[in-house]
Amino acid sequence: MRLSRIDQSALQFFADLQGFFAVSWKAVVQIFRRPWYYRDFAIQFDKLGFGSIVICFLTGLFTGMVMALQFLIQLKPFAATSYIGGMVAVTMIKELGPVLSSLMVAGRVGSAITAELGTMIVTEQVDAMRVEGTDIIQRLVTPRLKAMLLAMPLLAIMTDAVSLLGGYIIAAGYGISPTMYLSSFTQFLFPIDYFEGLIKPFVFGGLITMIACHTGLNTGGGAEGVGAAAKRAVVLSSVTVLMVDFFLAKLIVVFR
Amino acid sequence: MPQNDQCIRMEKVGYQVGGRTILTDFDLLLERGVNRTILGVSGSGKTTILKLILGLIHPQSGRIFINGLEITDQPEAVYREQRKRIAVVFQGGALFDSMTVGENVGYRLFEEGRLPEAEIEAIVREKLRFVGVEASLDLYPAELSGGMKKRVAIARALAADPDYIFFDEPTTGLDPIGVYNIVSLMRRLQDAGKTTLMVTHDLATAFATSQRFSLLHESRLAFEGSEADLKACDLANVREFLQPTDASLFV
Repeated sequence: MRLSRIDQSALQFFADLQGFFAVSWKAVVQIFRRPWYYRDFAIQFDKLGFGSIVICFLTGLFTGMVMALQFLIQLKPFAATSYIGGMVAVTMIKELGPVLSSLMVAGRVGSAITAELGTMIVTEQVDAMRVEGTDIIQRLVTPRLKAMLLAMPLLAIMTDAVSLLGGYIIAAGYGISPTMYLSSFTQFLFPIDYFEGLIKPFVFGGLITMIACHTGLNTGGGAEGVGAAAKRAVVLSSVTVLMVDFFLAKLIVVFR
Repeated sequence: MPQNDQCIRMEKVGYQVGGRTILTDFDLLLERGVNRTILGVSGSGKTTILKLILGLIHPQSGRIFINGLEITDQPEAVYREQRKRIAVVFQGGALFDSMTVGENVGYRLFEEGRLPEAEIEAIVREKLRFVGVEASLDLYPAELSGGMKKRVAIARALAADPDYIFFDEPTTGLDPIGVYNIVSLMRRLQDAGKTTLMVTHDLATAFATSQRFSLLHESRLAFEGSEADLKACDLANVREFLQPTDASLFV
């Protein structure tokens, strides 16, 4: 009895995984195919990108400030506070900027996408679209994917910039000049670090969107099902961001 | 193969989901010009039949033909082509929340991209006038009543000029005037040469709009025939559906 239940769970898991990759592949291919659905892209870019600016701004500002504060406490006994700019920059640009902004976006945007698509499923709007001859992936998934692939790196750049500003606000209180703060960047950061800071949010944006869309399009069970799907999408995309971050970091270390 | 190509036919169709049997060896013939209603109690699998024909779900056994072409287990592109002949009025209307009434009605025409925008707008206005909600052109579905939503859904179904129109419980939840409006609209559509397939448990609407009837009972076809045949049928399942008695309580 228990074995058959495990069997069923495993089969379900692999079927879900297969479905996820199939939808993702189709959504990526459709990026390069007509119709482009410019209007849907613009609406999604506004909702997913511009709508996330405030939370990413606050995330960057306070993370930068707390990072600087903690580093300064550690560096002061060694008279190494002049390195504070570089240490905040390398931590934020390579890791915390992309990861924290992605986690914030996963919570805000991932749940919204899943709830929207899930509601469309339970109210038969997706069936109606299919009957009207629409390719659901191309109409509902690809515009969101395109919007997030563009918006997420921009949000991460903004988060990085604001966090460096936050770091400087704290560093200035410890007598660090702007020149000293900026000049230490070059001692810690290399071109591949900037690449790492850009490729990560690009990948995370794609993953968050695809997990949210796949979960939303597989919603069942009315309003309760929509709520459960939204929760599942946020948990799954957040954990995936953290896991993939490790593997991407490991991969990039190889090319250093 | 079907003898008449101008029809939708289901042959021995079986469908199960989650270990539950919804349909067993189900047969259906929807000929052009002969309007049909599928009757059955709530949850008996009536809507499933519409979804199977539309290819939104796929049967485990049996075959489905649209105008002579077998569509069972065909790729989505084939279904998409065949669906152009069919329009559906879903139970709740299934209007797109993010679009205005006008955009909803013109949706298929905008998607196809064959007609200029001005021409699509003229068609949209004409269809909305036909169902009596032209003034709602710029409203969103959330601003409409239940009856208006169904009328807009009918206008959307008409916009692409389909051969067949499916109605899923079109009168459920409507007041008597709303029911009268929908029945009148269905008759006008039939007069205009559209073939309708309706699933419902509302006998009055069924008798007012259809010539042929199928009754679904416990996943099987329990009856098929005309109104006179249905009323004269002495099968226990049919009698119970037409005239429920105390024996039907809590069944």
